[in-house]
Amino acid sequence: MEAHTTAAAGKRARPKYLDITRIRQPVPAIASILHRISGFGLFLAIPFLLYAFQLSLQSPEAYGAVLGNPLAKLLVIGLAWALFHHLFAGIRFLLMDMQPGLQLQHARASAFIAIVAAIVCALALGAFLW
Amino acid sequence: MVNRVIVGAHYGLRGWIVQRVSAVLITLYVLLWLGILVVARPADFTQWRALFSGQAMKIVTWLFLVSLLLHSWVGMRDILMDYAKPTSVRFALEVLVVVLLVAWGGWAMQILWSL
Repeated sequence: MEAHTTAAAGKRARPKYLDITRIRQPVPAIASILHRISGFGLFLAIPFLLYAFQLSLQSPEAYGAVLGNPLAKLLVIGLAWALFHHLFAGIRFLLMDMQPGLQLQHARASAFIAIVAAIVCALALGAFLW
Repeated sequence: MVNRVIVGAHYGLRGWIVQRVSAVLITLYVLLWLGILVVARPADFTQWRALFSGQAMKIVTWLFLVSLLLHSWVGMRDILMDYAKPTSVRFALEVLVVVLLVAWGGWAMQILWSL
């Protein structure tokens, strides 16, 4: 992925610093690192989701409590973002495995679409929950 | 004595395939859930519980969870290979991830089949 995005930089002098606050990442790189961060977050969420799932099946009271408090709803929106971003960016990666969208402009556009679509879907779910 | 170097090329193809296949299965399950939310609309506790009491739903959910755990393994391994530098630290964290994933799998099975 990186090879395609940095190819345009060509012979331009490479930066001498590796200060993460000064490096401006291209959109596909942002989609990529968010894919990794969201995946890690989803991994960490597995035991909490299993616990919520277990509670929700135990009694009507516990079922009501799982999505009852606002903090849980906020967490669910965060997790929904992680799921949607991981899903959309993942579909993008699978499609790129099968060739289409490798040109720089297409890769940039699809990365942008994945990032925006995930935020929109998470907010839509949030609106649905509230 | 086999001096196997555990970093480097050619150890990733199987993981790559597992990651792709499990990703597709997880996506199918998410789509199934979208369908359930739109068509069946489980609205209260009784319907929610009834949804998971059928054997078919349990098996499909279990297959999803197995895909999820395998997918998590490949992803976490990728992350650890990139950031957990001394091999001993990486190995310890990899063991921890495997233990967690197996435990979560057992827990999930218990939740589903104690209904």
